[in-house]
Amino acid sequence: MNAPAQTTDWPDCLFETLKRAGIAQVGYVPDAGHARLIDRCRADAQIRDIVLTTEEEGVALAAGAWLGGQRCALLMQSSGVGNCINMLSLMRTCRFPLLMFITMRGEWEEFNPWQVPMGSIVEPVLKLCEAEVHRVREAGEVEGAAQRAASQAFGDERIVAVLLSQQLIGKKVWTK
Amino acid sequence: MKLERRAAMAALLAGRGDDLLVVPGLGSTTWDLAALGDNDRDFYMWGAMGGAAMIGLGLALAQPQRRVAVITGDGEMLMGLGSLATIGIQRPPNLAIIVFDNGIYGETGMQPSHTQSGADLVGVAKACGFPTCLDVEDEAGLADLAGRLTRLRDILFARVAIEASEPPRVLPLRDGAALKRRFRAAIGIKA
Repeated sequence: MNAPAQTTDWPDCLFETLKRAGIAQVGYVPDAGHARLIDRCRADAQIRDIVLTTEEEGVALAAGAWLGGQRCALLMQSSGVGNCINMLSLMRTCRFPLLMFITMRGEWEEFNPWQVPMGSIVEPVLKLCEAEVHRVREAGEVEGAAQRAASQAFGDERIVAVLLSQQLIGKKVWTK
Repeated sequence: MKLERRAAMAALLAGRGDDLLVVPGLGSTTWDLAALGDNDRDFYMWGAMGGAAMIGLGLALAQPQRRVAVITGDGEMLMGLGSLATIGIQRPPNLAIIVFDNGIYGETGMQPSHTQSGADLVGVAKACGFPTCLDVEDEAGLADLAGRLTRLRDILFARVAIEASEPPRVLPLRDGAALKRRFRAAIGIKA
């Protein structure tokens, strides 16, 4: 009952883009919006999937991966951004690349009001942390945005976040 | 018995070799590591409290042919306790997590940490699936740990009982971007 209905194959496009970008480590906190992408990563022999207890672990993981010459991507929900804030200092101070794909909650047709406070400040908070933020609303935009984000993150060694709108992900089904 | 921190760091890294990469934690363990002499293969930490173990994980996964030692303090480890659960699942064979446990937050005025009141880091690591968990309380235990570090075959956790002391700070390079660049260059990663 927790997986939202997905009408397009954007998670597959995103997966293929991660592969083309040479992502070797994927850190994530389980998330319904990223469920299909997480499954694809778990099934791929070349990608090391790392389930985290909290998103800030993934920020430090990405720093370690880059120190060792590998590219890491982080998958999280909007609420996870709040858990990352202090650890993002590591990325800014040392200019580590950080590529984040964030599924948004607390916006379009949100049923759960507890998701709204964090969801509504994700974009300004990330910008305050000097992240480059790209917002995606339609499935057709996912691949291009992900590609640009990857080149920007690893080419310029900076924090880049792709926000996947709730409209794209679909409404969470609470009761059937 | 408790061990003196600078001597303990020196004993652990006496025969480190070029293929051992070291990630200390924010605070005293960074000063202890710097006191042994500046090394391009150390990633000194001036912040990111709670992140040392996870930096070690990302690095160990990316560099399977090298050994990685995270050497941090009890306060820093407590802030990232969940990462022990994460590392217990990943189990990279080339990663050691070593905690210098003095039971206090030395940087902030010697306030007692949770370990002083019974929080058991060795017990946590065991429960998170670390196959080897050592409680090091004397010179012999330290020598054993140093030996294991030279021939890591599986993830290892060790808590080292450290006396409460505050040796003079030895401050390493503070420029994080420079630390990152020289670390990567030292292990042969092209910019």
